[in-house]
Amino acid sequence: MDAGLKLKAVSFSYDAQWCLKGIDFELKGGELVGMIGPNGSGKSTLLRIMDGLLKADNGLVLLLNRPISTLRRHEVAKQIAMVPQETIFRFAFTVLEVVLMGRFAHRGLFPFEGKEDLEIARESMRLTGILDLERRSIHELSGGEKQRMLIARALTQKAQFILLDEPTSQLDIRHKVEIFELISSLARSQGFGAMVVSHDISLAAQYCHRMLLLNKGRICGIGAPDEVVTTDTISEVYQCPVLVDKNPITQTPRVTVLSRRAENNTATKPLRW
Amino acid sequence: MRGAKDQIVTPLRVLSIGTSLSIVLIVVALISLSMGPAKVSLVDILSWCAGMGSVDETASMILAKIRLPRILLAGLVGFTLSLGGVVFQVLLRNPLAEPFILGISSGAAIGAIGGIVLGLGFTVGVPLLAFLSALGTILLVMGISSRHGGLESSTLLLTGVIVNAFFTAIIMFFIATASDSRLHSMLFWLYGDLSQSKYIQLSICLPLVLIVSGVIYLFSRHLNLIVGGEQSALHMGVEVELVKWVSFIGISLITGVVVSFSGIIGFVGLIVPHLMRMILGPDHRVLLPASALGGAVFLIAADTVARTIISPSELPVGVITAFLGAPFFIYLLKKRGSQWTQD
Repeated sequence: MDAGLKLKAVSFSYDAQWCLKGIDFELKGGELVGMIGPNGSGKSTLLRIMDGLLKADNGLVLLLNRPISTLRRHEVAKQIAMVPQETIFRFAFTVLEVVLMGRFAHRGLFPFEGKEDLEIARESMRLTGILDLERRSIHELSGGEKQRMLIARALTQKAQFILLDEPTSQLDIRHKVEIFELISSLARSQGFGAMVVSHDISLAAQYCHRMLLLNKGRICGIGAPDEVVTTDTISEVYQCPVLVDKNPITQTPRVTVLSRRAENNTATKPLRW
Repeated sequence: MRGAKDQIVTPLRVLSIGTSLSIVLIVVALISLSMGPAKVSLVDILSWCAGMGSVDETASMILAKIRLPRILLAGLVGFTLSLGGVVFQVLLRNPLAEPFILGISSGAAIGAIGGIVLGLGFTVGVPLLAFLSALGTILLVMGISSRHGGLESSTLLLTGVIVNAFFTAIIMFFIATASDSRLHSMLFWLYGDLSQSKYIQLSICLPLVLIVSGVIYLFSRHLNLIVGGEQSALHMGVEVELVKWVSFIGISLITGVVVSFSGIIGFVGLIVPHLMRMILGPDHRVLLPASALGGAVFLIAADTVARTIISPSELPVGVITAFLGAPFFIYLLKKRGSQWTQD
């Protein structure tokens, strides 16, 4: 499985302002990569370049060894699926109907799904634990259920790579954990490579094999979570004092944000640890 | 676990809904055929349709030369406007959208009223001018709103509204300065007039409408995916820009053609799609054919009322579509909600 999703020296600018510069990265099958970085660091832009929605000004994006810019949308969609932060459906489709939409790229012009599509959709819903919701209108779903549905729709695309744009940003802690559990176990069992953008650094560090830290359009750290997530780099990149120590149970890096008050306290009297 | 059949849209479901609506369409058309100043009973209509002659010569002439082409054109116009309404509402993400919203109506009206002022005939001159100016208008609006090859909904909508306003001003100028004899034709054209229907118009409209609706139907799943946002449709493999360009141009083309023969018939393209969505749900594989057929039924019924209610004179059909359509629409809206979610 050498043929991943490769970015070679990718640069991109919006209106003469550099947004991404010199990005070299490869997403491999079966791995879960967490992308972190402050607001405006280029995370969403990078995701859209990886999906071929934006064209890099310089450099190459290779999907299974072919430049992504030469592929049509439905060819890309068979290999790369995207789970958006949130999707607004104006009309009340059912959960099954939305999950089935993931089959779009696999159908020709004949506008009806077949038995096989239905089986794949049901299997995706079973894997994401929403099989009993299939007749529910999407307007009646909770935030966590909606995220599961969007993941099921991505699975239905049968893609080799799944990109997730802040899938947990709207969720409470229990549902955040559940979504990370789900993505990491699916990546393992289904063998797809996943890239998840997240602001929950500690949580991402628990589940991701690798972390990618983006700052002002450049990669300023990539590797195992404990190599990338350190007190110095996170404090500097996010311009916010933090303390990174080890989660006592998982041994993964844990980020504690130091409030101004805590900072003052440290200044006056030394912390006990 | 219940079976899959009743949960997702299958060809069978589309076919059965299509067939039932077609039967309603035929029944309404037959009833409409029997109505008018010269009374012909339904039994006689049936035997006339079957080619048996219990109908006298004059009545037969009226049916074949006047009523039938008019009913067929009304059906085709209703079909086109409702189909266009569904597509425009989705692509412009706006519940107020209808095929006229991008300026086709006022564009066609400028041409038609220009034609009336010049004293051109209603068979060739007026429709031709109306069609050309409708086409020019839509190209103008799309040209103004396209950026880097993309069509952005709110820019497109705003451009359409502004162009409409500008042309309406010109139309009002023509109306204010028109002579009384021409004023009547102008007003009738502006509110929809099917009294000039001829078979030749049908033979121009029908092939175009069939081709465009066939292409649009192939896009029905694309439209379903676009409901969930253009970005996510792109991620799932839809060539969104292609769908938009082809749909806008195709719908505008057939709307321009039918409107040039019928005048501006408002309300059909707005309410029929909403009604059908309330009743049948949002899936375009069902919604597109159902709205198109529903629009045909609605306009044939409305035109029948328009030509019989103050017989021997006539009302513009647009008066009836709004007068009958609005209360019924309000009733359903109260009962079922608009089915639109705001962001």
